[in-house]
Amino acid sequence: MIKISEEDYQKIVAHAISQLPNEACGLIAGEKVGEDKYIKKVYLLTNIDQSNEHFSLDAKEQLAAIKDMRSQGLAPLGNWHSHPETPSRPSEEDIRLAYDKNASYLILSLMEEGKPVLNSFHVENETANKEELVIEA
Amino acid sequence: MKIIVSGEVKEVKDNLTIAELIELEKVETPQYVSVSVNDEFAKSENFATDKLHEGDVVEFLYFMGGGSNGIF
Repeated sequence: MIKISEEDYQKIVAHAISQLPNEACGLIAGEKVGEDKYIKKVYLLTNIDQSNEHFSLDAKEQLAAIKDMRSQGLAPLGNWHSHPETPSRPSEEDIRLAYDKNASYLILSLMEEGKPVLNSFHVENETANKEELVIEA
Repeated sequence: MKIIVSGEVKEVKDNLTIAELIELEKVETPQYVSVSVNDEFAKSENFATDKLHEGDVVEFLYFMGGGSNGIF
């Protein structure tokens, strides 16, 4: 299970909408308790690909985020990105580039206007499995 | 000498190269890892020759990317 606050969820949605028509991306950090993950902070990073079909995190911003996590005692939990025109599930490219089997990969679909859909996935051995995602009010 | 790797102090041999540190740290899929030394990103073609120095601060960053092209 991975839990995100309504506030952080809305932060991701707002940023993703502001970046349309391109994909938006960022990192998530928080705490791990057993198998469960609690997102305490979301990072809104630059998609250096500036594309509606691809994203790559800006490495300098990624480094700054990692340092910020460490300074706040947060663990890196994974990343998030948006699919402006496609469903909230990993593409072949998403799976191929998901190198960290311990990470959660959040995908926000904006394909239906006004109805964002966020899902979380665990990727291992080139197989993506949906994780239980809780958006806490 | 002492260096800081991913926030932890490590005792390593003098003149350790970045490539040797990657091996020492058992970094998975190193071809997709960027390495910063004192906030400067090292060029991967120099990993085998770039030597680390006392007090260097090293971070490993996994490339993170993807895309919506090719949804299954």
